[in-house]
Amino acid sequence: MSATADTKAASGAASSVFTGPEPPRWEDYSRCTHCGLCLNACPTFRVLGEEMDSPRGRIYQVAQADAGRLPLDRQLFTHLDRCLDCRACETACPSGVEYGKILERARGELERHPELARRSGVARRLRAYFFDRVLTSPAAMRRQAALLGFYQHSGLRALARASGVLRLLRLAGLEALAPEIDRAPFVAEMGRTFPALAADGQPRPGAPRARVALLAGCIQRVAFAEMNRATIRVLQYCGCEVAVPADQGCCGALHVHAGRRDQARALAAANFPLAGYDAVISNSAGCGAVMKEYADLFAGDERRQRAREFAAKVRDVTEFLDELGMPDGVLRPVPRIVTYQDPCHLAHGQKIRLAPRRLLGRVPELRLMEMARADACCGSAGIYNVVHPEIAGRLLQEKMDTIAATGAEWIVTANPGCMLQLRAGARQRRTGQRVLHVVELLALALPPAERR
Amino acid sequence: MGAYDQLRRKLEARFGRAGVIGDPVGRMLYEYDGGVDRATPDLVVFPQTREDVIAAVKLAHQAGAPLIPRGAGTGLSGGAVAREGGVILSLNRMRRIVEVDVENLRARVEPGVVNLEFSDQIAPTGFYFVPDPSSQKACTIGGNVAENSGGPHTLAYGVTVNHVTGLEIVLADGAVARLGGKTAECQGYDLVGPLVGSEGTLAIVTEITVKLTRRPEAARTLLAIYDAAEQAAATVSAITAEGIVPAALEMFDGFSLRAVEAYIHAGYPLDSAAVLLIEVEGLEEEVEEQAAAIEQVCARAGARETRRARDEAERAKLWLGRKHAFGAMGRLSSNFYVMDGVIPRTKIGAVLAGIERISAASGLRIGNIFHAGDGNLHPLVFFDQRVPGQFEAARAASEDIIRLCVEMGGSITGEHGVGMEKDGLMPLIFSEADLDFMRAVKQVFNPEGKLNPGKLLPTYRSCRETALAAAPAGAAARL
Repeated sequence: MSATADTKAASGAASSVFTGPEPPRWEDYSRCTHCGLCLNACPTFRVLGEEMDSPRGRIYQVAQADAGRLPLDRQLFTHLDRCLDCRACETACPSGVEYGKILERARGELERHPELARRSGVARRLRAYFFDRVLTSPAAMRRQAALLGFYQHSGLRALARASGVLRLLRLAGLEALAPEIDRAPFVAEMGRTFPALAADGQPRPGAPRARVALLAGCIQRVAFAEMNRATIRVLQYCGCEVAVPADQGCCGALHVHAGRRDQARALAAANFPLAGYDAVISNSAGCGAVMKEYADLFAGDERRQRAREFAAKVRDVTEFLDELGMPDGVLRPVPRIVTYQDPCHLAHGQKIRLAPRRLLGRVPELRLMEMARADACCGSAGIYNVVHPEIAGRLLQEKMDTIAATGAEWIVTANPGCMLQLRAGARQRRTGQRVLHVVELLALALPPAERR
Repeated sequence: MGAYDQLRRKLEARFGRAGVIGDPVGRMLYEYDGGVDRATPDLVVFPQTREDVIAAVKLAHQAGAPLIPRGAGTGLSGGAVAREGGVILSLNRMRRIVEVDVENLRARVEPGVVNLEFSDQIAPTGFYFVPDPSSQKACTIGGNVAENSGGPHTLAYGVTVNHVTGLEIVLADGAVARLGGKTAECQGYDLVGPLVGSEGTLAIVTEITVKLTRRPEAARTLLAIYDAAEQAAATVSAITAEGIVPAALEMFDGFSLRAVEAYIHAGYPLDSAAVLLIEVEGLEEEVEEQAAAIEQVCARAGARETRRARDEAERAKLWLGRKHAFGAMGRLSSNFYVMDGVIPRTKIGAVLAGIERISAASGLRIGNIFHAGDGNLHPLVFFDQRVPGQFEAARAASEDIIRLCVEMGGSITGEHGVGMEKDGLMPLIFSEADLDFMRAVKQVFNPEGKLNPGKLLPTYRSCRETALAAAPAGAAARL
């Protein structure tokens, strides 16, 4: 039991296994007092019950690796890879440990050693395809989506599912989780500006309450087009002028989570000009959380000041609507019972819990039934449900159980990834429950003349 | 390690590869708990049923291996650390609530059930499990039994032993025994008492019968603010002298409350020398009367002001400040060492003055946030682990504080347990004859001494010595 890490920290001895430009930082991980208060908040600890797959254990592994006491090997990779990056541990932590930063930097180190990844062929190819092809340009995303859309809408899917060929290729789980591609992707709206509206649906006289830019997202444009349209309409009725700049790109959030920090910075910087708007609105909690933390991504980079300015303008759509306040008399009754699932990157990543609930509370006749552990991860976590289907599946089953106990007709959340996962859950259990983003529910409450 | 290869194979044959950890990295992840001590186990095994526990105990017994029960590993005295190596029996996968018997105010739970999760799950019945250690959102009820855990609300309701009426235990050789049950009175010897707080040195607990307590109808939470710490200390004994037993009575010194306020924004006044957080619970009329009486006592003792939490949100905020206090203190300093000692509540003022002298002499800052009502101190000694010698200095200062507690008629631990942190301090409060009697009790349950060896009873020469041998490994050792 030598005090290895202490010695290292004191002397700065170069025994760390981390050799990349952005290693996990002592000042981040040494905040952990290993009190263990995070354990029961961690989805993987709850499922697996082992220290190695707990936040405390992961931080300990990073610390020991940084002290040269643990090798950078497959085992370390496995435990860090299994983390959902849901950051529930940050909420539980009394010491304010910023776990996400530690994890993302450690993953950046592991990303430099692809040979450590013990990923299946499917997962590896999917990952490469996702990060290098799909997320790199909107055009590429549209092409891929068009293929998937053709598969889903042409009858090919029905054939594939019926024939059992998916099971044969071990693609059944993956296929079920693939987003439903919109027949009308979010294309025509790109580059347009939508005026602020009054309660009667007519252009609002005078200056808008705010001029905002909508981040249309990558996957959202092809698989959540209606959610984007709903976001625009609700913002319009809130009195905002909404621009959808055509030259925007991916925010790099998924890259940050995966440790692909260079790629993330390149993508992020391309969006900096949007800082000229009053606010940059995101309807994806994962994207919003990362964009708000751009200053950290750009630490030591000459673009840091611009990153800071951009980050200061980022607002989750629920946060923004709640701050600005929906005008009276705009929302009409929606007589339904709903339950609300906190997206991890909204509740834990951005500390936004009350705003979406208050917005739902503004809808007349809508009843919100809270589920137990609403802020526990549903298992979606980006592409986690594809890479770690077993753990994700168990988390989803637990989630569907707690949802069932509320008697909710609809499930409301505020992040596209969670929506995909919860839809898969509702489909598996044949509950017939609709899964909606908060803004989609608000859009349903808008005057009917505008409803599509 | 060779000896453990055979045991590992046998355990794997019974529990499968997923039920046993024997690789170096996995073992390293079980070398710590929430405290400062470190030691690496040879194996970790994960039973899921009583039969699993019996099988693991028998295999370890045959191999002559030490067996260390572990819950969530949130303890602060090294209770779940394998001091002499051996097999850690990780009970956190035994998390079934076996029975909730509201009519008889009892429930039966497995040891791995998480304290707060249990109370949350039975919340619809209107009942809860009283012990509320600050780690309650993660710690297990089995761990509470092992350490006889307390918490802020033990002042009125007692500690874990007051809320456990029955235990199912597995002895060192794998035999099963049932102690107590659902009834309030124990027939024959009451052996539940000795087991609770035995820190895993007598038997492995596989099921716990706990008391359920009805949630109080009403509560009042008060914050009394002082310009001098002595006035706050005097208030504590004055409240008791008045015949009022608050549900909780917590004290923060000025230094600590500023640290907590910076993080929680609970409304603790930044310019005060000390505050008391006082809570009374009971029937609506009763708590109103008590709150008014407490306000008068505080005013007489010299409180600058006494505020009441206006609503549940304000009350929750004040308590969040208390429950997250240690973590919040961590934002001030790179490292701190949490001590746990007990003093008569009439001596709080004198002991705080003594702690200040120890702080000055050691050159280390010491903060005080503690359960004032039952005189359970938790001094936090701040240090920087990157400065050579500071950890040792912090540990020495902490030991000085414990000696001071004992001199004042107190004790070496209130609720964190003795574990491997303080076994060397036991002679401060017990004679050799007392300790021999405890050893004789241990002999009955655990004749070969393989259950959690090196804990509770002094087997090592001095605690200072072993502490240095087990200096924190890993930068995560922020204590």
